[in-house]
Amino acid sequence: MDDSILLAHGSGGKLSHELVEKKFLPFLANPALNKLDDSAIFEASGRLAFTTDSYVVNPIFFPGGDIGKLAICGTVNDLAMNGAKPLYLSLAAIIEEGLLLSELEQIVQSIKKAAEEAEISIIAGDTKVVNRGQADKLFITTSGVGIISPGVDISGANARTGDKVLLSGTIGDHGIAIMSQREGLRFSMTLESDCAPLNKLVSQMLEVSSSIHCLRDPTRGGLATTLNELARQSHAGIVVEEAQIPVKEEVKAACELLGLDPIYVANEGKVVAVVDPADADKILARMRTNSYGRDAAIIGEVTKEHPGKVIMKTKLGPSRIVDMLSGELLPRIC
Amino acid sequence: MKFIDEYQDSKLARGLAYKIAQRSTKTIRLMEFCGGHTHAILRYGIRQLVPKTVELRSGPGCPVCVTATTDLDKAIALAHLPDVIITTFGDMIRVPGSYSSLQKAKAEGADVRIVYSTIDAIEIAKANSGKSVSFIGIGFETTAPTIAASILKAQQEKIENFHVLSLNKLTPPVMKALLDSGEVKLDGIIGPGHVSVIIGSHPYKFIPRDYGVACVISGFEPLDILLCIDKLVEQIEKGEPKVEIAYPRGVKPEGNRKARQLMEKVFEIGEANWRGIGIVPQSGLKIREKYERFDADKAFSVSLKPPREPKGCRCGDVIRGAAMPLECKLFRKACTPESPVGPCMVSSEGACAAYYQYGTLENLQGF
Amino acid sequence: MYYGLTWAKIREAMCLAIPVRIVSIDGDEAETEIAGVRRRVSIVFTPEAKLGDYVLLHTGYAIGVVDEAEAEETLKLLEEIASLSEVH
Repeated sequence: MDDSILLAHGSGGKLSHELVEKKFLPFLANPALNKLDDSAIFEASGRLAFTTDSYVVNPIFFPGGDIGKLAICGTVNDLAMNGAKPLYLSLAAIIEEGLLLSELEQIVQSIKKAAEEAEISIIAGDTKVVNRGQADKLFITTSGVGIISPGVDISGANARTGDKVLLSGTIGDHGIAIMSQREGLRFSMTLESDCAPLNKLVSQMLEVSSSIHCLRDPTRGGLATTLNELARQSHAGIVVEEAQIPVKEEVKAACELLGLDPIYVANEGKVVAVVDPADADKILARMRTNSYGRDAAIIGEVTKEHPGKVIMKTKLGPSRIVDMLSGELLPRIC
Repeated sequence: MKFIDEYQDSKLARGLAYKIAQRSTKTIRLMEFCGGHTHAILRYGIRQLVPKTVELRSGPGCPVCVTATTDLDKAIALAHLPDVIITTFGDMIRVPGSYSSLQKAKAEGADVRIVYSTIDAIEIAKANSGKSVSFIGIGFETTAPTIAASILKAQQEKIENFHVLSLNKLTPPVMKALLDSGEVKLDGIIGPGHVSVIIGSHPYKFIPRDYGVACVISGFEPLDILLCIDKLVEQIEKGEPKVEIAYPRGVKPEGNRKARQLMEKVFEIGEANWRGIGIVPQSGLKIREKYERFDADKAFSVSLKPPREPKGCRCGDVIRGAAMPLECKLFRKACTPESPVGPCMVSSEGACAAYYQYGTLENLQGF
Repeated sequence: MYYGLTWAKIREAMCLAIPVRIVSIDGDEAETEIAGVRRRVSIVFTPEAKLGDYVLLHTGYAIGVVDEAEAEETLKLLEEIASLSEVH
């Protein structure tokens, strides 16, 4: 094989088969996928959760991850946010002609690693190749199915007055890590994206409490947008304390340099949980035993005042409204 | 972060808030000139930390907001010229001009790029020798030296495909124009901290001398702004208006001579057209004849249709401090950051955008 | 799961300048640092800046050197004001 993707790799013929058999299958191997049938067959009973997402991040490699890792973690996390145990994923790749095979291999390795950590299998896949210039190197779409244990009812609409709002760790890491790679911004840092599969963290939280009402991962639009979504869905007010929200110093500095507010910057490995106040402390303690939750904090609570709105008590004392993100669409970050 | 975190301390903020409340007896109106100050005042909730006797109004210190529609139309027309790359600071691309915007031009195929520094614009010029790179030069005295430096660099390195559309404006003349108009009665001015790093404090002397208005130069952290308000209140209560620096770690009375030298080498002063205000004499920077080959105005000619202002937009009033964003009928209804009618809602330093993003519980009513 | 929303907007901080520390100087340029973030800046307007100084960074240029003694003085003043208010 040559060292970059050709249109022929997507034609369905010999090169296509070689691509799948040499570059994907050996690393993602599992009984269902190995059959290479037109569809994967599995059995599952109970309440199932199903989700899909497309990943178009630019650049495809960034500190702390790549588009492959992002694609697996993103869909695994979406399932986890409804309290589902992720089981199977599908993976569809649209590859731009000219992508280096070495880059594709690296991404498949990331996918393998992420899938292993999340303990899921990729049982269906597809690859297409488009002309140079018609896809930004690589676009990935993943769909995922998971199973929800009986009695688990987690939804953005379930927040109740008095609930505590928990955050699993520092915000802004992913967005800033991506920004640091953008040309023209000329700054360098050691910060890495927080991209991570959170299903184990969530299942640990569910082990210690059956009163987790909402879970959401604050991706595009940041923490602020996620809190607003929850407030709207639940018709409840949310109050958070700025001083309790963990932010890394490097992220603060980059935000100062760029004029960004960390609460609007994307994350790919964090979870916001709205829980019964009686269980807040023990859920927090459990989160902190997981490496993805070691900086977890209680950042606020749900109130019956100002339903649908999020208020933040600033470090200095006065409170202000935290609105959803509004404005310009910037470089693709997830 | 050193020199930032210490100036966000809540205990020190409470101390200042207490002092200001104790000292302030008269109802006074202060204008913060700078868009960055408007933003900080809303983000940190400064209004809730100062007594009701202190009213704050935002002024014309938002470079994007004060760019006249005809100048923006010119930039958009330039973007449509063949083999021209437009480089600009971010917010400009979304401001609606009379018939289009730089963002729309980009969607129609024009090459419009956001840059963070004039250094980037020069790099783009070097990398694209077959095209002309025009930099939309907005900003006040903080930015003007950097634009001058880029023209000097282009001259030194013989980068002949680099041009600047000079829309730079000056601070003291527009302050004078506002004070002359008497439209908004002011007791004090919160002076722009970083403009003053360049120009120093002497250029503001006319404010207390000719108008009896207090002027204190402020930094951008919440404690800086509170300290500035404290000094303004002190001056006004005593009836002794003067020019003071409340940001001495950044501003020297004589400013930055080197920066001004470079500015004066490249630019000469002329009139400028300010949105909402009109022509203000001696308030704009034009590229000197010696450097005219880098002047986008001279290098290109474009024909423009007559300018149109957006209907119902009160941006001009907001810029002059004559209206608050909440008083505009379009605010939050027809005019939002996603679909802005005027520049004050587009620019992150525009008052309307700041009010939209950081609205307080008080202005929750009605929304 | 549905993202109808948009990303963070880069605020064009045209009034703003950030204090960064000079870690190395190379002619007209300096490598600077703030809380672990490094950035190359032009020091053409601050030829007097030395290693270890803090400069105010604005759109890629240092526009002034931070006067650390004045910074101290200001904080001292603010501490005094705060302690007076605590008495009440």
